[in-house]
Amino acid sequence: MAVALILLLVAIGSVLFHLYSPWWWTPIATNWAYIDHTINITFWITGFVFVAVIAFMAYCVFRFHHKEGRRADYNPENKRLEWWLSVGTGVGVAAMLAPGLVVWHQFVTVPADATEVEVMGQQWQWSFRLPGKDGQLGTSDVRNIASDNPMGLNPDDAHAQDDVVIESGDLHLQLGKPVKVLLRSVDVLHDFYVPEFRAKMDMVPGMVTYFWITPIRTGTFDVLCAELCGAAHYQMRAKVIVDEEREYHAWLEQQKTFAELSPAKAIVKATYRSGDK
Amino acid sequence: MVDIPYEGTRGIPPAEVPDVELYHPRSWWTRYVFSQDAKVIAIQYSLTASAIGLVALVLSWLMRLQLGFPGTFSFIDANQYLQFITMHGMIMVIYLLTALFLGGFGNYLIPLMVGARDMVFPYVNMLSYWVYLLAVLVLASTFFVPGGPTGAGWTLYPPQAILSGTPGQDWGIILMMSSLILFIIGFTMGGLNYVVTVLQARTRGMTLMRLPLTVWGIFTATVMALLAFPALFVASVMLLLDRLLGTSFFMPALVEMGTLSKYGGGSPLLFQHLFWFFGHPEVYIVALPAFGIVSDLISTHARKNIFGYRMMVWAIVAIGALSFIVWAHHMYVSGMFPQFGYFFATTTLIIAIPTAIKVYNWVLTLWRGDIHLRVPMLFALGFIITFVNGGLTGLFLGNVVVDVPLSDTMFVVAHFHMVMGVAPIMVVLGAIYHWYPKVTGRMLNDALGKFHFWVTFLGAYLIFFPMHYLGLLGVPRRYFELGDTTFIPSSAHSLNAFISVVALTVGFSQLVFLFNLAWSLFKGEASGGNPWRATTLEWQTPETPPGHGNWGKELPVVYRWAYDYSVPGAAEDFIPQNQPPRATQHVQGAAS
Repeated sequence: MAVALILLLVAIGSVLFHLYSPWWWTPIATNWAYIDHTINITFWITGFVFVAVIAFMAYCVFRFHHKEGRRADYNPENKRLEWWLSVGTGVGVAAMLAPGLVVWHQFVTVPADATEVEVMGQQWQWSFRLPGKDGQLGTSDVRNIASDNPMGLNPDDAHAQDDVVIESGDLHLQLGKPVKVLLRSVDVLHDFYVPEFRAKMDMVPGMVTYFWITPIRTGTFDVLCAELCGAAHYQMRAKVIVDEEREYHAWLEQQKTFAELSPAKAIVKATYRSGDK
Repeated sequence: MVDIPYEGTRGIPPAEVPDVELYHPRSWWTRYVFSQDAKVIAIQYSLTASAIGLVALVLSWLMRLQLGFPGTFSFIDANQYLQFITMHGMIMVIYLLTALFLGGFGNYLIPLMVGARDMVFPYVNMLSYWVYLLAVLVLASTFFVPGGPTGAGWTLYPPQAILSGTPGQDWGIILMMSSLILFIIGFTMGGLNYVVTVLQARTRGMTLMRLPLTVWGIFTATVMALLAFPALFVASVMLLLDRLLGTSFFMPALVEMGTLSKYGGGSPLLFQHLFWFFGHPEVYIVALPAFGIVSDLISTHARKNIFGYRMMVWAIVAIGALSFIVWAHHMYVSGMFPQFGYFFATTTLIIAIPTAIKVYNWVLTLWRGDIHLRVPMLFALGFIITFVNGGLTGLFLGNVVVDVPLSDTMFVVAHFHMVMGVAPIMVVLGAIYHWYPKVTGRMLNDALGKFHFWVTFLGAYLIFFPMHYLGLLGVPRRYFELGDTTFIPSSAHSLNAFISVVALTVGFSQLVFLFNLAWSLFKGEASGGNPWRATTLEWQTPETPPGHGNWGKELPVVYRWAYDYSVPGAAEDFIPQNQPPRATQHVQGAAS
């Protein structure tokens, strides 16, 4: 039966494609391997259901297709079978949902020792900000935005003066240190997306959103915008570089603080010192 | 002995249905143009929806050309690309699928299947179509206004939808909102009609639990649409006010092209909640009619009652109800309150259970059937495969933390095309092959139909199945060009080119279908009144195509449920719903 065979081949072909296709997720660079595991569990359960349903259907088509003299059974319902199938489905669903919710709990629970870094999106570029030696990011407001204050930091906030501002450069993160990425936008929605990090979150004007990660391998990673943000959405790029501790601090020392970038009122002489313990 | 006792057909007294005073057309204009006959309105809806749907199909070719062969076509720029994806999405979801299932199939099938002469409010029904047509024309006009149509994506998220960094900010977005408002007004007029007709105009004996699942699907979807569309209506009005009057419902203080805008105090997330409060039920507004119709196709062509009818009805109702409390699964990475994730992931995965029951019951209907692999049945089988595939990937995206890496990638695009693009379209096409004989009195050509099915089904699967893996790799959606990245290998570009070639092939193969529709209208084999030997009332009309008023002098009386196929002891392998119990016992060849 050609039709039954083709249906079966669709199922088998899908499984083979899954196993042998060269397109798979990027090697992970953060602690979120849990997410990958949850996806794998989901692949196993759904893959089994997919093959079972299609194979059963193909068998029915093969076995019960019309022939002269065949007559269908009359079989309105079978309560027991329907309940068993419902319960079985419920178990499968729970097996996917439970690990999913556990991992979500980890995802939204930021560890206390996470350091903060801010990413700001605007059409169509990224800016970054790190807390200065006071370890605290200063406040900001879009109304403060000016040519010498592109991130809209509050000039009257002492915490802001020593913040490290990276306007058109790459963001560096330190290997193995949990980091809470604070996300902010000044115009439209954006989404800070690094495929290798697995985590992503929209950036919404008027709000500060976040996710947290712990980088687990060094390297240079592409930053893309994952939320449509207008004409040049596809060109909104940057790089994140995960460094060993020494390289990270070497990089950090070269960065300028907000005070240094404000020529008019360089009152506070605040250079950033690494290893400020 | 023959009338198998079945609880679903007992216990509820038949509804008393008085004859309806019918409006009678007096001229060519009122018969064919400003017609109040639901069947004519159905065809008007279907033709209009198909016409604008073809525009959306062509838009998809253009975007596939760009994605498959970036830089090759100088006539497509980044702005236009965004305009193409926006218009493609909005047309396909709302102006094609919603209008076709409810305005098209709903209008044609509800009165016939419940044994009514027409919709209960024929004049409002007519207005519904004309307002819909106006909405389509307003939408289409955006291609010709300065700045062109909006390129905000079909989700139209503010702030960017109304700011100057987005194409179509001048006229496109204003007309889009106006068109949506018109569409909802038109739909509401039609939708109230469908609901009241199903509840009030069923013929004698047609209890709710004897309704064909097609009617259950369309009815439930209509109720849902009446509850969900107001959210979109409100969102559209508010966004229009933000754009035109400078209000700030959705607009916080922000910078527009380097300068501080006049907006302040609004919430972009509010729009997203309103949009998806409509948008998620919308998925099922498209899916439930497809579920209903495909149940009837499978049952008829497998010559077997639908398995577990009552469970199927309750599954439809349960899905309809649950779909109102899952909307924020579209917003897991929107920045909303993170604790929402637990609730919405749970509700979303629970909805998989009634949906899975439906799938089991479709394939169990095939078990020990007498499966005629005619074109409508082939499309039904194609639907099951694509729907199961798309439904299962929904379990990835619904499971909040799994959604985090996959959202906004091609995985999402592949998922929703499979589940609410390809699968419902399979049903639409199968349904057209199934009911064309009733609408025209002629059969569609079978060989062309089979060719059309295999190219469409296998082609669509080849387009969207591999696309999931691009998303898994991390390829983002809504990208004009992928540019240089370290993580996208050149093989992914080859896959994109392959998908584009298949998409164009599938697209052009629809011309075979259009040719078949036109050719068979004149040259198709005469079908007779009931070519599939089906049980439901629309196949028992005295005339084919059914005349004005559907039933001649007397309304049919219903004695049984819609699925008396292959009843043991009956002479034929089907017993129409309007056949009295006694007739089946003695009369040989109990045909209509």
